[in-house]
Amino acid sequence: MVQTHPQPRVTGANGAQTDGVPGERPIMMSVRHATKHYKTGTGTVHALEDLSLEIPKGEFICILGPSGCGKSTLLWGMSGLHELTDGQVIVNGAPVTGPRPEIGMIFQDANLLPWRDLWQNIQFPFEIKKIDFKPYEPRVRDLLDDVGLAGFEKKMPRELSGGMQQRASIVRCLSYDPDVILMDEPFGALDAFTRDEMNLLIQKIWMETGKTIVFVTHNVSEAIFLADRVVVLTPRPGRLAHIFPVDLPRPRTIDMTFSPEFIQMILKVKATIERGVHGNVAATADVLDLG
Amino acid sequence: MASELRETLPTFNQQGNEETADVDITNWSALTSTAFAKSWGEAAAIVGLAVVVIAGLELLLRAANVPAYTMPLPSEVGSALLGNFSLFAPHLAATLRVLAIGYAIGAIIGIVLAGVITQFPFAEKIITPYVLLLVTTPMIALVPLLVQKMGFGPAPRIIAVSLAVGPMVMINSATGFRRTDLAKIALARSYGASTMQIFRKVRFPLALPMIIVGLMVGAIFGMLTAVGAEIVGSGEGLGNRLMFYSSRIQMANFWAVIVILATMGILIYVFFYWVGKRWASWQA
Repeated sequence: MVQTHPQPRVTGANGAQTDGVPGERPIMMSVRHATKHYKTGTGTVHALEDLSLEIPKGEFICILGPSGCGKSTLLWGMSGLHELTDGQVIVNGAPVTGPRPEIGMIFQDANLLPWRDLWQNIQFPFEIKKIDFKPYEPRVRDLLDDVGLAGFEKKMPRELSGGMQQRASIVRCLSYDPDVILMDEPFGALDAFTRDEMNLLIQKIWMETGKTIVFVTHNVSEAIFLADRVVVLTPRPGRLAHIFPVDLPRPRTIDMTFSPEFIQMILKVKATIERGVHGNVAATADVLDLG
Repeated sequence: MASELRETLPTFNQQGNEETADVDITNWSALTSTAFAKSWGEAAAIVGLAVVVIAGLELLLRAANVPAYTMPLPSEVGSALLGNFSLFAPHLAATLRVLAIGYAIGAIIGIVLAGVITQFPFAEKIITPYVLLLVTTPMIALVPLLVQKMGFGPAPRIIAVSLAVGPMVMINSATGFRRTDLAKIALARSYGASTMQIFRKVRFPLALPMIIVGLMVGAIFGMLTAVGAEIVGSGEGLGNRLMFYSSRIQMANFWAVIVILATMGILIYVFFYWVGKRWASWQA
């Protein structure tokens, strides 16, 4: 399990890529001093303030915080879709300056194109990237089978339930095999049962594929269920409040979410969020005395 | 503050808002959502009603002894339509030619202009009043002026038709193109899509239902303008025939031309209904 020992604060502009302590997995993605300010009619909003984070290859990391704490802002900055005001994101050793092929994004709603059927929706990234779809077809068939969508290829998005749509969007993202998957509150609009089902599915996919996953959510129990590490942000401005390693064994089950350890964990995380811890990243990175 | 943040990130809700914003005078969804007969029974009922109406009219006109110059009998109109069709055919061709050329010019300019103008909100603001002016002014009004300059050939009518069609297509297409779904554009961008790819694969398909509505309304307005222009100043075409037959009190022929025009209008409507079903049904 990865230690709560992130953010070696890189000093100087030539901050060399740290590949982690020997014996640990190499770093897949690092966020360095990420800052984002929005100009609005009423002034400047400090959405994200000097946030640094290192994500080892194959880690499942959840970014947790209340609405408006800048967690989506952070994710969109990591994806290269939105520019940061300051700081940088590095993936596979290269700075992210725009959308990158090794990063896949799963959106808040399934974001399927309503004028295409499911199969055409999955082909969409291949059309944009101008990659021949044929060699990937068996893989996509397997994936559809895995998520229980085999036989629905010709259905239009509006004919599918919310859970099915989101499963289709997961297949669309996995189809071209990105190394990193960024998920922006992907199950927020689903009912509790479907959400449990999707969480189990995403855990299974993660365990089978070994992808690096960054998962944004405002649901504490979902974050703990999924994550190797839960990164808690403070609201306004979004700063790193605390990082909780989750040492529960895998594969995790829904029953586990009712265990005393799990509930203990939820209480600890909730306390951190409620305190809205501000201040020094290095200090809060150590285990807090949460009484 | 939270909601301000939201606005910079695409969400599904924003699309919902866009959709409600579409309900304005340019939304002709009522026209496209009419259902046709679903079964043979319904079709039989529709045809049956038509037979009853026409036969009833025939009997009524006969019983009341209405003179033919006021209202000819449906049977007389029918036989004029069939018997004199060779007289109408060249004029039908002339009207269709003007309509087709004028429509093609107007529709292409309308769609291209809408696609370009919606990319530049400032230009759109400046141009929109003029487009509205063109939409609301009957273009037939220009025909006498154009005839004065260009004679009785097809050119003035083609110009009038394009001027009637173009703004109508443009204003509807622009509504479609303005309906940008940020989440879908972000999706395409996350795959590294170029501006052109985003246009072709996201913005255009998203706008297509409104473009089709624009093309349909444009076609109907184009037809009205073509016939109107022929009435005002032309030596040929179905509009010209209306003037010709009414001045000679050949009312059976006059009504036969009206039936031809009504059929054209219905065919235009059916064609676009089919196009909408085929290309825009995802929006239902």
